[in-house]
Amino acid sequence: MANTQSMCTSFLGELLSATHNFSSSNPAHTANTADTFKAALYYTTATINAATTAYTSTGEVSGTNYTAGGVSVTNATNPTSTNSSATAGVGYWTPSASIVYSTVTISTAFDTVLLYNSTQSNKAVSVHTFGAQTITAGTFTLTMPSNTTSTALLRLSTT
Amino acid sequence: MIVTTTKGDMDDSLLVKKEGTIDNDIELTTWVEYWLDDELVHRSAHVTLKTSPFMDLIAASMG
Repeated sequence: MANTQSMCTSFLGELLSATHNFSSSNPAHTANTADTFKAALYYTTATINAATTAYTSTGEVSGTNYTAGGVSVTNATNPTSTNSSATAGVGYWTPSASIVYSTVTISTAFDTVLLYNSTQSNKAVSVHTFGAQTITAGTFTLTMPSNTTSTALLRLSTT
Repeated sequence: MIVTTTKGDMDDSLLVKKEGTIDNDIELTTWVEYWLDDELVHRSAHVTLKTSPFMDLIAASMG
C-alpha cells in the first residue's frame, strides 16, 4: 500500500459543522480556545490518504522516544482569509512552528505525517507526504511552508 | 561537537560524517549521518514542506 498527500475528505464536511476550531478567537464556540492538533508519522507501507477519517495507530511508526499519536502542533497564529478578487479568495492556516520529534530512533522507512484534531475525537485533517526517511538517535524536523495564500499548509480557495 | 549516538554521546572527531540534500517540488530535505566504523550511529533529517493539499470551494449559482 502507499500513502497519498491530500486533504481528508471527512474534514470537508466537518468544516461545515464547525467541528474544527483552529482559532483562539471564535464566537461560534463557547470558549475562545483553539483545538489541539497533533502530527503522527506513518511508515511507507501504511495507507493514509483522503479516505482517512481519524488518527489510527495502524501503520504508525514506533521506536525509541516516539510516542504513539505523535506530537502536538504549535498553533499561535489564527487562520487568515483574504480576497484575491471580487469573486475569489483564500482562507489559510499553517502551524506556527516546526514539528519536531527529538532524539528518536525510527528504523523502518516512513514518509507521511497525518495532521489531526486531538480535541475532537482525533478527527483527521490532512495528509502530507515526503521522501522516505529513517532516523537513528537523531531528530526529525518538519518545517512548515510560509503562511501565505499560495503556500500555507491548509488552503481553502474559491476561484 | 558532541553528537548523540546509539553508543551514547560522542565527539564528532571520532565519527565519519555524511550529509545529503533532496530538493524537489514537494520538499527541501537535508540529512546528516554519523558512522562509527561501518555502523550508523546517528541519523537526523530536516524536511521543509513546499506543497500542501489544496481545497477548492464552489458556491453554486441559484436559479
